[in-house]
Amino acid sequence: MTLVEPLSATEKTADFSQSPRLPLDQAGPVFAEPWHAQAFAMAVSLHAAGIFSWADWTAALSEEIASATETDGEPALIADTASTDWNDQYFRHWLTALETLAAQRGLADRDQITAVADAWRAAHLRTPHGEPVTLV
Amino acid sequence: MPHDPDHTEPPSDPALRAKALETILTEKGLIDPAALDALIDTYETRIGPRNGAKVVAKAWTEPDFLDWLRTDATAAIESLGFGGRQGEHMRVVENTEVIHNIVVCTLCSCYPWPVLGLPPVWYKSPPYRSRAVSDPRSVLAEFGTELPAETEIRVWDSTAEMRYLVLPKRPAGTEGWSAEQLKPLVTRNAMIGVEEAARPA
Repeated sequence: MTLVEPLSATEKTADFSQSPRLPLDQAGPVFAEPWHAQAFAMAVSLHAAGIFSWADWTAALSEEIASATETDGEPALIADTASTDWNDQYFRHWLTALETLAAQRGLADRDQITAVADAWRAAHLRTPHGEPVTLV
Repeated sequence: MPHDPDHTEPPSDPALRAKALETILTEKGLIDPAALDALIDTYETRIGPRNGAKVVAKAWTEPDFLDWLRTDATAAIESLGFGGRQGEHMRVVENTEVIHNIVVCTLCSCYPWPVLGLPPVWYKSPPYRSRAVSDPRSVLAEFGTELPAETEIRVWDSTAEMRYLVLPKRPAGTEGWSAEQLKPLVTRNAMIGVEEAARPA
């Protein structure tokens, strides 16, 4: 997917492959999947539109990450969950925080989002491969 | 990979939810998909650690700029055109012979986007967030950064109100170098504080 251009040849690669606890990638994918970028851009864009302050946003994201940590146990244990993709994990929290704020601000509630997500899933399933997927 | 030609494989659940949220917000006129694409493009290609490297190299070569960074980092950095989202309230923390700074966000990964781009994967990982605070020396060691035992390590926890950029020590053997020559030595990791600036080849 999208990659950040490596900073320079002098950027060293630390030997983190040996570390089970601190996975790292040097100038690696910022967004591993398109929806990561989409979720990121929506938060920045809603803030720019004055829907919420950035402090409100970071508070919501912090709360989401903190509660996930509480549920999942000590931080290191998250490495033991099925997803070892930190970026994905992080953007799942990001998206959940965004859904929370969207609901609080009356923009969209979770049921609505679920309904539209289901509609998109159905749209994929009825669209022959290679054709554009649309809701209607 | 064989495809069933009768349908299109749906994306993952979170991808569908992100898509759904975008659909709803677009219908309400709250976001514009074209603007979202432009935004993503900006963060991916036009900003990034090169901006921060420019700040650092200028500070290494221009004492007046260094003073400005020390007193008002936000304004000094903005003077180079690097401002905006998550670039407000910048503070530059300076490495010296006896102090080494390292930056973390223990809660949500606040990060100075305008000067460093988007945070690397490991910066957002729970182990980094917790261990940078509880045992920074071991984190540094994993990055291959060995500091003298007497060096004081200062850990800065970023918040929505304050974000930090580490000013690494200028490497030895670069006397008389121009800012342009110095810039490639300033790595993203050095500006987070997990490494020192690269040495001249």
